[in-house]
Amino acid sequence: MADEQKVTAELEAGAEAAHARANRTRLLRTGGAIVALAIVVVIVNIFSHGAFLTPGNLTNVLRQITYNAILAIGQTFVIITAGIDLSVGSLIELTGVVMASFANAMPFDGFPLVVSTLIVGLAVGCAAGFVNAVPVVKLNLPPFITTLAMMLMARGLAFKLAHGRPVALNSDAFNTMGTGFFLQGPLSAVGSPGIPIPVLWMAVLVAIFAVLLTRTRFGRYVFAIGGNEEAARLAGIAVGRVKTLVYVISGGCAAIAGMLLMARFHSGSPNTGIGSELQSIAAVVVGGTSLAGGRGSVVSTFFGALLIGMLNNVMNLLGIESYTQDIVLGAVILLAVITDELRKRYLQS
Amino acid sequence: MSGIVKTFPGVRALDGVSFDVRAGEVHALVGENGAGKSTLMKILAGAYIADAGTIEIDGKVAAIDGPRAAETLGVGMIYQEFNLVPDLSVVDNLLLGHEPLTRGFLDRRAAVAQAGSVLSELGIALPLTLPARKLTVAQQQLTEISKALLRKARLIVMDEPTAALTDREIDALFVLIAKLKAQNVAFVYISHRLEELPRISDRITVLRDGKTVETRPTADLPQDEMIRLMVGRALNAHFPELPPVAEDAPVVLLVNRLASTAGVPVTDVSFSVRAGEIVGLAGLVGAGRTDIVRAIAGADVPVAGSIDVAGRRVVVHGPHSAIEAGIALITEDRKAQGLVLGMNVRENTTLAHLDAFAKNGFVDRAKENETTAREIAELRIRTPSGEQIVRNLSGGTQQKVVLAKWLIGDAQVYLFDEPTRGIDVGAKAEIYALMVGLLARGAGIVMVSSELPEVLGMSHRILVVREGRIRAEFARADATPDKVIAVATGVAA
Repeated sequence: MADEQKVTAELEAGAEAAHARANRTRLLRTGGAIVALAIVVVIVNIFSHGAFLTPGNLTNVLRQITYNAILAIGQTFVIITAGIDLSVGSLIELTGVVMASFANAMPFDGFPLVVSTLIVGLAVGCAAGFVNAVPVVKLNLPPFITTLAMMLMARGLAFKLAHGRPVALNSDAFNTMGTGFFLQGPLSAVGSPGIPIPVLWMAVLVAIFAVLLTRTRFGRYVFAIGGNEEAARLAGIAVGRVKTLVYVISGGCAAIAGMLLMARFHSGSPNTGIGSELQSIAAVVVGGTSLAGGRGSVVSTFFGALLIGMLNNVMNLLGIESYTQDIVLGAVILLAVITDELRKRYLQS
Repeated sequence: MSGIVKTFPGVRALDGVSFDVRAGEVHALVGENGAGKSTLMKILAGAYIADAGTIEIDGKVAAIDGPRAAETLGVGMIYQEFNLVPDLSVVDNLLLGHEPLTRGFLDRRAAVAQAGSVLSELGIALPLTLPARKLTVAQQQLTEISKALLRKARLIVMDEPTAALTDREIDALFVLIAKLKAQNVAFVYISHRLEELPRISDRITVLRDGKTVETRPTADLPQDEMIRLMVGRALNAHFPELPPVAEDAPVVLLVNRLASTAGVPVTDVSFSVRAGEIVGLAGLVGAGRTDIVRAIAGADVPVAGSIDVAGRRVVVHGPHSAIEAGIALITEDRKAQGLVLGMNVRENTTLAHLDAFAKNGFVDRAKENETTAREIAELRIRTPSGEQIVRNLSGGTQQKVVLAKWLIGDAQVYLFDEPTRGIDVGAKAEIYALMVGLLARGAGIVMVSSELPEVLGMSHRILVVREGRIRAEFARADATPDKVIAVATGVAA
């Protein structure tokens, strides 16, 4: 009897400790990025003599990160399954060129044109994602290779279709999507130009995919596969189907980013996406998602993209030349993963 | 080696073992699965560090603190799974880490000469330039032996050296061992094949439960006595009473001529399990027991044969179809196969049956919480809450989470693979009680276990597996440790 009491007491003490540990984990995980962000904001604002924290500039930052953040959403799903998608940068270009060519060839204009063009772009992006996934799923090839191959092929195809130069859009139907604002009137009172439409897209996509990842069966399976693929398979999960869908999502996100970029620049260009795949991976990693898979979050990725975007913005404000910017960005990414690793070790001790 | 102690979390693997080898001797080391043979040899080879005890080599105390130290002291270890780099050539493998250099560059010619001289001295012919992966198993073994000799090993430890060899290759191996003995090289010879020991060994040491039971010259230790020493103990009494299987209990699992080729080849396996019955699969590690249950559960897709669950034919083409049919596999390696360690108790519990918790694709968190809380209470899972990450739980608790995952599915057939490996006595008893509870629900159980007392104590019937086939069947009353071991080791048919 005494023994049993002792065991119960020990259990309860253990439970409390574990609870405290779990809380600490959660705090460190979600809190870390936000605290870092806040610190950066304050420092940055001081250095830029107040030019940073203005509604106009913040709107700018958000608009600048839109494309990267949207790519990074899809990338987050892929990386949680312990994969990687190197093709998203090229897919921006391919979908942009295809959509611009398609829009120019259609006899109708206005809203129907926008919708049908978006559908075509999504079809191309998702199909490319599917092609990425097939060798990964069927032959267990490393996604690094299949998506690298897709990166080259998609870029080449984009250049070929566009004859090596941007395809200018004939229609003006896309202007709102690219350069328009939402809530322009009400927000002008606080000195803001309103919310750019692309930023609205980003917000909606972050919300949708955050819910998909955290609230649905599919999202649960994505984590399970990344955490332990064999256990997931033995639990009866259709691992191949889930993985395929993840790459299709990534391709679809690339198509949406391609659409917004095309709308903004009024053309589909075959070289706008160079380096974007690495930018998106950087956003995911800075957001704290592990490249080893099994953990991560869409919201964290958004903050990762935001952090990188703010750094870029402030360095521009400070007139730092672009070579130096690259050095700083690289260092920040390295710092982010090192802190992440140290944090993990601290939590495990 | 004297007084060697090694403890792993929850297990005392070696408890004061003493062991000696003389120059030019073949000393066989035998014991049941888990008796501590491999652990002892890994300590000698520097793969593990002993918690207590001393090792002396040539009368001098030797501090073996890593594989390199063991190598320097003349200990060569040949694991059952060879340690060759598959894409390097034989000669590169032989001299790995000891490559002859000329002015800082690899000297291929010197390498071939060095390797060649040792091989010709032993009369071993190996294709020196072929990549190691193209060698036969026997050739790979010769490469390993030559590698040890090139490093001037005077004591060679061989773990199950004949397990994958043909009879002729075994003969050749024994000739080579005899030749090396004449050159004063000593061998530690670990084998489950007791019948070959009189041919090859000079002395035999029997290990049991991490202790030395007996060391005797081979001539003085007949096989039946060896088996008795290996098994040695009375069956532990703490197994629950198994309710008898009802006369008219329906057959819940019928396996007919099942074959699989994914791991250890499984051939022509047929048996049945009735509602309320536990069928134990006994045998040595690597006999194919796990492969049999994996094939039934679709973890490996069977290549031939049929499986019926409760009289209905099941076409197993993957885990999903087996789960649908009411088959649950509780895998032996919970960390690699049973759990997603980074997920919490709730997520692991519902993982295999998430369909039942989802509406339009959205997971019903409230329902999940309710089920998880119920399982935590029923199985007495020691966790602060369902939100605890499984990685932070103890082995026994983790095993209960695996059980919870499959219990919520109400399967008709439960396949338990090593259900109590590495967990403490208390948790073991709870898991046994749970198995009895499943029987009461009308389920049938197949249990794979390497612990002989467990198989004998927790099964209505026992099937003995060797080399992927069922070799014998015993009713619980007729099964004795000696009989089972005799069939499992190939001494009896």
